[in-house]
Amino acid sequence: MDYLTIIQILDSALRLATPLLLTCLAGLFSERAGVVDIGLEGKLLAAAFLAGAAAAVTGSIWIGLLAGVAGSLAFSMLHGLASITFKGDQLISGVALNFLAAGLTVVIGQSWFKLGGRTPSLSGDGRFESWNLPFSDAMAKIPVVGPAYDELISGHTALTYLALLAVPLSWWVLYRSRFGLRLRAVGENPSAVDTAGISVVKLRYAALVIAGVLCGLAGTYLASLAAGFVKDMSAGRGYIALAALIFAKWRPWYALWATLLFGLLEAIGNRYQSIALGDFVIPVQFMQALPYILTVIILAGFVGKAIPPRASGQSYVKER
Amino acid sequence: MSVQNEAGRQETVAPTASAPAIELRGISKAFGPVQANKDISISVAKGSIHGIIGENGAGKSTLMSILYGFYKADAGQILINGQEVNITDSQEAIAAGIGMVFQHFKLVENFTVLENVILGAEDGGLLKPSLAKARKLLKQLSDEYELSVDPDALIEDLSVGHQQRVEILKALYRQADILILDEPTGVLTPAEADHLFRILEGLKKEGKTIIMITHKLREIMEITDTVSVMRRGEMTATVKTAETSPEELAELMVGRKVLLRVDKKPATPGAPVIKIENLEVVDEQGVRRVKGIDLTVHQGEILGICGVAGNGQTELLEVLGGYQNGTGKILMNGQEIDLSGKHSNGQTRRARGIAHVPEDRHDEGLILEFQAWENMVFGYHHDPKYQKNALLMDNAGIKAMTQVSMDKFDVRPPNPKLEAKSFSGGNQQKIVLAREIERNPDLLLIGQPTRGVDIGAIEFIHQQIVALRDEGKAILLVSVELDEIMSLSDRIVVMFDGQIMGERLPSETNEGELGLLMAGITDEEKAQ
Repeated sequence: MDYLTIIQILDSALRLATPLLLTCLAGLFSERAGVVDIGLEGKLLAAAFLAGAAAAVTGSIWIGLLAGVAGSLAFSMLHGLASITFKGDQLISGVALNFLAAGLTVVIGQSWFKLGGRTPSLSGDGRFESWNLPFSDAMAKIPVVGPAYDELISGHTALTYLALLAVPLSWWVLYRSRFGLRLRAVGENPSAVDTAGISVVKLRYAALVIAGVLCGLAGTYLASLAAGFVKDMSAGRGYIALAALIFAKWRPWYALWATLLFGLLEAIGNRYQSIALGDFVIPVQFMQALPYILTVIILAGFVGKAIPPRASGQSYVKER
Repeated sequence: MSVQNEAGRQETVAPTASAPAIELRGISKAFGPVQANKDISISVAKGSIHGIIGENGAGKSTLMSILYGFYKADAGQILINGQEVNITDSQEAIAAGIGMVFQHFKLVENFTVLENVILGAEDGGLLKPSLAKARKLLKQLSDEYELSVDPDALIEDLSVGHQQRVEILKALYRQADILILDEPTGVLTPAEADHLFRILEGLKKEGKTIIMITHKLREIMEITDTVSVMRRGEMTATVKTAETSPEELAELMVGRKVLLRVDKKPATPGAPVIKIENLEVVDEQGVRRVKGIDLTVHQGEILGICGVAGNGQTELLEVLGGYQNGTGKILMNGQEIDLSGKHSNGQTRRARGIAHVPEDRHDEGLILEFQAWENMVFGYHHDPKYQKNALLMDNAGIKAMTQVSMDKFDVRPPNPKLEAKSFSGGNQQKIVLAREIERNPDLLLIGQPTRGVDIGAIEFIHQQIVALRDEGKAILLVSVELDEIMSLSDRIVVMFDGQIMGERLPSETNEGELGLLMAGITDEEKAQ
């Protein structure tokens, strides 16, 4: 494995980690506020579909982005209505949204575009263009540093840079701002927030708005990356993001490393479809299953104790 | 200091300096058919400590919730410093200068003290300036009122007493002039309670007004200037503390004469019933909860174990009751019992004559959704006498048995078909007690027998425990209420940090000495 291959794998890992990172941060905000968000998968799918459809119809991915974010936001608010306003079970509401997204996207897609549930292929302005950072061509000629800058750091789409920027921003909001303090408090002990005279409901909705927007970005990114919407294209990324969230112990910087790890596994699986160990050939299915295997390992609790926000999963009922 | 005995009867109240800090006029509140507060009027003078006492369900908490904006009163007025206010949520109560210290603290466990103090009262969108300001103010307050607490400590690392100080600091940080404390000493050691009272005295000197809700008569007598008694939603009396007595207050609370001291003959202990040697308990997290305990309980005696909650008493009861594993040796009537493995469970314990009234009757003593008669046989439902035939249970027989037990133990209402959750705390406890005592055990384990139980029912439960002792049974009593331990026990053992700190006879000790032992301070340390 030469240096350039490693750079290329890392580059691909970063590209694949982007939607996971955005989704993971979405989950981080809602779960930190005490709303379990198993519906990330559904939001991702809904956003990808609406982004794909809008971009295909208008020819602009930016309009697609607006549509994707709007769709994800609508799903998020539905989740809020069920689990915050009506105090329903957060898991059931989330699962219902996942089913809703899986079914609706295909049904609407088929009746709209008649392509078996796909949206038409996106090209040109219908996809995000890669940003070549300044001097990347010139720098590429410098050994060692050059290819790393040109291949790995430069040449991603705006959303990748936005996702990376969202990490320190999320950290800052959570740990340095009044909003963050209240958000974290409402996920730990909503009655403390309530007795301090702050609305639990508003805070939780605010968290779901942030989650909806972030998921919308992630879904749009998926549609752009695959040049259109395909049935079930989120492929469990919402669940993987949840696993990464647990792995990251509900912290933004850890979320970055956790999702990069998942991205790396996916990149390796894509690049080395089969590896021969002497006479034994590891099958391609195994390589592609790597991220999912890691998910199972994480969810089974093999990575140490992760303590979720204490009030997560509970709707807040005022007590006497 | 001016105190109005007949509150709310003043004619006109102008917003002057002499106006009462809080005045309630004709407050009423109903929840469906239940009238929780009926035409309640009180007035509390500025710079005084006012106690509100009453049994569970008397309406104390409802009244305070109205004052703190959790509920809206159906009728009545609230006046703060002589001016009528309309409090519809906590924010407005805070703005009116009311601070509340809840029985269950409203703190974020994994936040620091500072973060908890500023939560909801930040100055601006960024935390840094608020934290700096709070740090300065906290330093000032802690010097002034003995409210010292490390501002950077996490709440979960603090003792309960310190957590309560954080709650008081929260209120003071919001510039509360009126402080309401709901059952503030329920979770404190005697030393911590004394410290709290010193803090309250200090606040009173500074002109703060304090309302304290409690069911402990001793505290009312010790700290308050005036006291109001509530019964069944009504304010039955408001008196000057100096002019009343605990007996009179108890009578006002219950509506009849109550015996505050347990009436019992000296114990006549017989042969040992249970002998515990070097018992160790390690919990699921790998923490040693019980660290090598030796205990013996004899026939015809009540051994009381006192200690602050969480010092291994719970785990001791769980091992003896058969639902927690332990190591060591326990002899029951001279025969060893299994402390782990498949023969260690509640079923086998009961077969050996151990009955258990668990500390948490809602989680472990009853199934709240089940009816009284079903609850009356849980744990004993395998008993052949409750079986009709090989397949079916003798439900009619169980109901008839329950009816008899309910009458005997004065469970109200005596209806076997009522769900357990519809009984009051005291009557739920009587159901559990009846179930366990009626099986004629050799040893009764009883944890927190009167937690959340009314004064009238406490009297009855204590009598039942003493009667069982007089029949020659062994009783192991665990309670965090020192009064209860002192008055019921024939011998007292103090637990701290999973160990036994000492054994005393109730006649030869006092609350001060036990309090020190409960805090882990032994005689030798004190001497140094």
